[in-house]
Amino acid sequence: MTRIEKTFERLAKANSRGLIAYITAGDPSPSRTVELVLALEKGGADIIELGVPFSDPIADGPVIQRAGERALRAGTTLAKVLDILRDLRRSSQIPVIVFSYLNPVLRYGFKKFSRDAAGAGADGALMTDLNIEEAEPYLREMRSHQLDTVFLVSQTTPADRLRKLSQSSTGFVYLVSRAGVTGVQDSLSEHAITLIQRTRRVTSLPLAVGFGLSRPEHMAALAPYADAAVVGSAFMRLIEENREQPDLAGRLTSLAAALKGGLALKEKAS
Amino acid sequence: MATKTTAAVPDARGHFGPYGGSYVPEILVAPLDQLKATYATAGRPTPLYHARRLTEHLGGAEIYLKREDLLHTGAHKINNCLGQALLVRRMGKQRVIAETGAGQHGVATATVCALFGFQCRVYMGEEDMRRQSLNVFRMRLLGAEVIGVNAGSRTLKDAISEAMRDWVTSFETTHYLLGSALGPDPYPRMVRDFQSVIGSEARTQFQEISGGGLPDLLLACVGGGSNSIGLFHPFLKDESVRMVGVEAGGRGPLLGDHAARFSGGSPGVLHGTYSYVLQDADGQIALTHSVSAGLDYASVGPEHAWLHDEGRAEYVSSSDAEAIEAVRLLSRLEGIIPALESAHAVAEAMKRAPNAKGQTFLVNLSGRGDKDISIFRDNMKDLG
Repeated sequence: MTRIEKTFERLAKANSRGLIAYITAGDPSPSRTVELVLALEKGGADIIELGVPFSDPIADGPVIQRAGERALRAGTTLAKVLDILRDLRRSSQIPVIVFSYLNPVLRYGFKKFSRDAAGAGADGALMTDLNIEEAEPYLREMRSHQLDTVFLVSQTTPADRLRKLSQSSTGFVYLVSRAGVTGVQDSLSEHAITLIQRTRRVTSLPLAVGFGLSRPEHMAALAPYADAAVVGSAFMRLIEENREQPDLAGRLTSLAAALKGGLALKEKAS
Repeated sequence: MATKTTAAVPDARGHFGPYGGSYVPEILVAPLDQLKATYATAGRPTPLYHARRLTEHLGGAEIYLKREDLLHTGAHKINNCLGQALLVRRMGKQRVIAETGAGQHGVATATVCALFGFQCRVYMGEEDMRRQSLNVFRMRLLGAEVIGVNAGSRTLKDAISEAMRDWVTSFETTHYLLGSALGPDPYPRMVRDFQSVIGSEARTQFQEISGGGLPDLLLACVGGGSNSIGLFHPFLKDESVRMVGVEAGGRGPLLGDHAARFSGGSPGVLHGTYSYVLQDADGQIALTHSVSAGLDYASVGPEHAWLHDEGRAEYVSSSDAEAIEAVRLLSRLEGIIPALESAHAVAEAMKRAPNAKGQTFLVNLSGRGDKDISIFRDNMKDLG
C-alpha cells in the first residue's frame, strides 16, 4: 500500500477527513520550508502539496503569485525543492505531492524528475497545466517509479472526461471547487457538491476538494461529501503576513489545527 | 533549405509535429472546446507595393511591400479580431478580453467591440503602456477598459498571464480574444487562418503583376507569429518560395537582452502551448527585450517552431539599432513610416537585397509607426 493509500485508509477508519496543505517551497526562503511543513503536520495536515515556484503562474491568484516570486528570488529551483523534500524526510513521513507547472519539470526531464522525486521521497505529483491528452510520456515515467499522478477535475468537466481524468489519477482526484484561480473566497460553492457527486459516480478514489477554502466553516460544509480538503492560499497568506514573525511556525500550526478541527464530523452524507 | 512541401496543418489536437497542443489548467478545457466547436470560417485587399526607391538604393533584389499598415487601425491585427468577433457573436457571449503588447491588438479588439457592442477589457503590461501610450489612449477612446499589469516584466507575457487568469473565472460570459498565433489549440490555427488572407492576397497580387510568377523570398517580423504565418502559410506548398522570419535581436545575444526564441530558446510550455521558449536552465521563463513591444515575448507560435525544425522557414534576428535604421530608410525613401516590429523585417531585407540581384523579395509591412513616434524621437536625437 502506498503512503497516500495508508493515509486515506487511516482517515476512513477514524471516520475523519483529510487536510491537504499546499505550501510554496522556498517562501520566504528555502531554509524555512522544512520547519513550515513540520508545523503544518503538527497542526494536523495529512498530506502536503509542495509547490514549485514558476515565473508565469497562470492559474494562481495574487497571494500564491507573490509567494512564487519570493521563492524564485530566494533561488528556489526544482532541484532545490527536491533537496528540501529529502531534508524533510529525515524527520517526517507525511505524504508529499510535488505540485508544479509543466515547464520546469519538462526542462528537468520526466525521466530524471520521476527518478529524483522518488529518490527524494515524493509520493506523487500534480502538473497544473498538463492536460491528459499530452500526458503519456509523463505518466509512463511516473508509473515506472511508482509515483502517484493526481489530476484535476473542474465543474465544467463533462462526464466522459471526468471518467478519463479519474482513471489516470492515482492516490486521489483533485476537484476544483469553483471557476477561478487560487485565492481565498467567502463561501463554498454549490458547484463543489455537485462535482463531488458526479465524480463519485466514476471513481472510487478518494476525492480532495480545493481552491478558495480558508475557514473552518468551509471545512465543515465539505466534510460530509469529500474525503479531503485542500487549503493553499490561506496558509500562503499567513506565511506572507507573518514571515518576519518569530512565531510563524506556531501560527501555521494553529491555522492547520483550526481547519482540521472544522473537518471533524458526526456522520458522512452520501 | 526544405526540399519537401510542408503543409503544417495541425492534427485534431492542434499538433504541428510535436509542437502546439493544449497545456492549460483543467477549468479552461471546456471554454476551449466551445471555441473549437464554434470555429469551423477591413480595409481589404491591401496593396502590394513595389518599393522602387528602396530597391534602387539597395541595388539588388526587387522589393515589394504588403501594406498591412494601411488596414483600419494600422496593423494586420484587425484581420484576426474581426474573425473572432463573429465567433463571439455566434457563441452568444457579451464580453471580450484581450492581451496586448504594442497596443495594436488592443486597439483592434476595442475597435471590433465598439462595432459589435461587446464589453471590452484589455490587459497591458505597465512598461508597454508607458512606451506605447498613444495606443492606450486610442483603446480608451474606443470604449475599452485598459488594465495595467504590474507583475513580472510588466510586458506582453504578463498581460497574457493576467488575461488567462481573468478567463479562468469569466469564461461563461467572456471570450478571450487572443491576438497572435499562440496559446492552446484552437488559437494558433484559428489566428493563422484569419491572418492567411495576407498571404493569399499577396500571392494572387504578385502573380498578377509578374505574369504568373512567385516571389523568391518572403520576409516578416515574428513576435507571436501571426503576421508572418499569415503571409507564409498560403505559400507553403510553393517549393521555390523561401521564407525568413525575423525576430527581435534587441541589444545583444545574452538572455534577457533580446527576444530571439530560435537562437536563444528551446522547446517548452508557456501560456497553453508547446513551442520554442526563452528560458533559463531551471525552466523559468526568461525576461526579454526589444525596442519594439510587439516582438518582446518569450515564446513563439508553435507552427513556426514546426516550420523551423522542418527547415521550411529560416529564422534570424535584427537588432534594435538595425530596426531603427530601417525606419529611417523606409521613411526617407518611400514615405512610409513603419512600425518598429515591421522594421525588423525591412532591416533583414536591407541586409540581403544587395546580394540578391535578379530576385524578388516580398516583405510584410505589418503595421505603421505612429504608435512609435516617441520611441523614434528617443532614438533619433539628430532629428530634434
